[in-house]
Amino acid sequence: MILENKEYPPAVVNPRRRSRLLAALYIAQEQYGWLGPDAIQRVADRLGLTPGQVKSTASFYTMFKLEPLGKYRIQVCEGLSCYLVGGAEPIIDHVAKRLNIKPGETTPDGKFTLEIVQCLAACGTAPALRVNDELCENMTPENIDELIEQLRQE
Amino acid sequence: MPVLKNREDLAHLRTSAKAKLKEKTISGATIFIGMGTCGIAAGASDVAEAVRTELAARNLDTEIVSVGCIGTCANEPLVDIQLPGKPRVTYAKVTPKMVPCIIDEHLVKEQIIKKWAFAQLTNGTGSAEDGLTTYDEHPFYRKQVRIALRNCGMIDPESIDEYIAVDGYRALAKIVNEMDNEDVIDEMKDSGLRGRGGAGFLTGVKWEFCMRARGYPKYVICNADEGDPGAFMDRSILEGDPHAVIEGMAIAAYAIGAPEGYIYCRAEYPLAIERLKKAIAQAHEYGLLGENILGSDFSFELKVKEGAGAFVCGEETALIASIEGKRGEPRPRPPYPAVSGLWGKPSNVNNVKSYAITPQIMLKGADWFSSIGTPRSTGTAVFALTGNIENTGLIEVPMGITLREIIYDVGGGIPKKKQFKAVQTGGPLGGCLPVDALDTPVDFDSLTEAGATMGSGGMIVVDQDTCMVEFARYFLTFASAESCGKCVPCRIGGQRLLEVLTRITNGEGTLEDLDEIEYISEYMSEGSLCALGQLTPGPVIASLRFFREEYEAHIKENFCSAGVCAGMFTYEIEAELCPGCGLCVKACTSDAITGEKKQPHVIDQSMCIQCGACYQVCKLGAILIKRKHEIVPLETA
Repeated sequence: MILENKEYPPAVVNPRRRSRLLAALYIAQEQYGWLGPDAIQRVADRLGLTPGQVKSTASFYTMFKLEPLGKYRIQVCEGLSCYLVGGAEPIIDHVAKRLNIKPGETTPDGKFTLEIVQCLAACGTAPALRVNDELCENMTPENIDELIEQLRQE
Repeated sequence: MPVLKNREDLAHLRTSAKAKLKEKTISGATIFIGMGTCGIAAGASDVAEAVRTELAARNLDTEIVSVGCIGTCANEPLVDIQLPGKPRVTYAKVTPKMVPCIIDEHLVKEQIIKKWAFAQLTNGTGSAEDGLTTYDEHPFYRKQVRIALRNCGMIDPESIDEYIAVDGYRALAKIVNEMDNEDVIDEMKDSGLRGRGGAGFLTGVKWEFCMRARGYPKYVICNADEGDPGAFMDRSILEGDPHAVIEGMAIAAYAIGAPEGYIYCRAEYPLAIERLKKAIAQAHEYGLLGENILGSDFSFELKVKEGAGAFVCGEETALIASIEGKRGEPRPRPPYPAVSGLWGKPSNVNNVKSYAITPQIMLKGADWFSSIGTPRSTGTAVFALTGNIENTGLIEVPMGITLREIIYDVGGGIPKKKQFKAVQTGGPLGGCLPVDALDTPVDFDSLTEAGATMGSGGMIVVDQDTCMVEFARYFLTFASAESCGKCVPCRIGGQRLLEVLTRITNGEGTLEDLDEIEYISEYMSEGSLCALGQLTPGPVIASLRFFREEYEAHIKENFCSAGVCAGMFTYEIEAELCPGCGLCVKACTSDAITGEKKQPHVIDQSMCIQCGACYQVCKLGAILIKRKHEIVPLETA
């Protein structure tokens, strides 16, 4: 196999440059919505890394999304307070059943993504979940149904 | 803002800032609103908006100051009113509807609304009002000694002048003028401060290792990747008093000879990150960070690095890898970061609390600090008190205080007249202690000896309604999900342990499973690369040690005495205790409860879904949790 005579990143990059990787990934994720091949390539080019190095790092951290997300990200809290008031699992199960997806998946119509997250700092009004940036507190199966119905129609 | 060129400049600024702060409290009224994450979550933003609207409607230009968390998170949102020359009065659980009344009565008519008031603060701003407890006497604060939290909730965290007014950066000025780096390290060693991240290694000794290590540049790193469920000590300090951490890091940098520092903060704390960045910029403007600090030849730069949601990055070698922009996987130690850390250079990693305490040690001396606490664990311990406890919140107590004092005196005991069952310290990597251990003194060595750990400061109290097997399983689910997967004992061991515990809570466990737990745990603690894997079995081992009978009841009798594990218990109404009030009938979600009014009710077991609604609602404790096989079907009874 003949390798294209193309300029490859130097084997040893300035380590300081690489330390900007996490910050760069946040910016790319904000711009692209998720870290697809294009976003990964762009970050790699900017920092003088290979796409493999970038993807390997990105895949380690839960806050970097390597799959496209739904229009509404439903993040259910499984923090201690939510767990103690009987939230977390029953709430997650209920949302999963309503949307017919498992945690971490997106509905086929691209509308909803279900995620499980750690404490949302709404312990006083647990169980809590978050839809994109909006916090929904004191969740019950009934108001979850209402919420999903409302989001579906929007 | 002018650059402070020397110690005298700082002293001048302190005098004028103090005067300004005093003016605020003596000649003008001030409203303080608790705007930590806990306050905001409880609705402080709406309250602040209501205050602004009300002030505008009345044409008042009273100053509003946003402060951090004062610790009593259960009572948020908190609003303090400070009238000129009067004590500062705190109102608890304020709602927007209460605001007009508070402003009308207190701010305008100068009448304290005692039924809503929580406590009063009298430091130099007038004598205490009658009939209202002061902070010093308040049960929640009486036994507390606040060093790391001294400014939280007291000053505006976004104002460097207020921090300087309360003797901020005075310690830094003192050391760069009067002490060389070895003096600073000696003072630290004499203070006996042990690292507040959990391991409890002597901070002064750690600094000395790093100072003596070869290599340049050196780095100081602050570990603010607090990720334990139920822990928020570091967040509250960063949100409430960011300058204390910055000053502490600058002192460490001076001692070690480091020109640069990093604060690694988890991305889930946006408010903390925002306030840190603001504080660093302010310190820069005053020349308290940067080149030639206060006219000395000491220079120090500080940056904030954001994490990206990996619990293991709280481990120091993983944290360093993450700062370098790599996967946050730990590596074997030695070499320790003090010898080879960030980019292979000597690096000193300490917890937020250790740095926040440092300026006070330099200012007041090692003897003062070591006079607090016990000889082997000096100073204070900061805890986030959560779970089934009356006063949830953030507390700072002297080392050596007993668990009983923390839970019953500071914490106010267990709510709803329930029984205390266990207290978990050290978060998901710690352990739980039963009621017999309540008189254990809280210090690094005693807690480890008793079977738990000090950890970084999460303290979770649970009552009789918590199943200890399920509780251990909860922490295990967390810890095993956060395993980075680099080493086998942690990656596989955590999964296997979780399977065993899940089996037991599903009623499919065997007695051999208990041996299996001990076997896997031993290998995990001996074979794992970092503290995460080594300590993951901690909660399971501790609960097995102290609550073995609960594990055995799950296995042998298929019975969960706490009424948590599905299908392993039934609810039954004790006829003698039931007055027939009908509350349970209303609460029942499956119409399983019947009975005449004022006659004992009964639960139809074939319809009961064990949701627990009746159990929660019964005020007389007439509904009992019973073993399944004891129940005789209703028809044949």
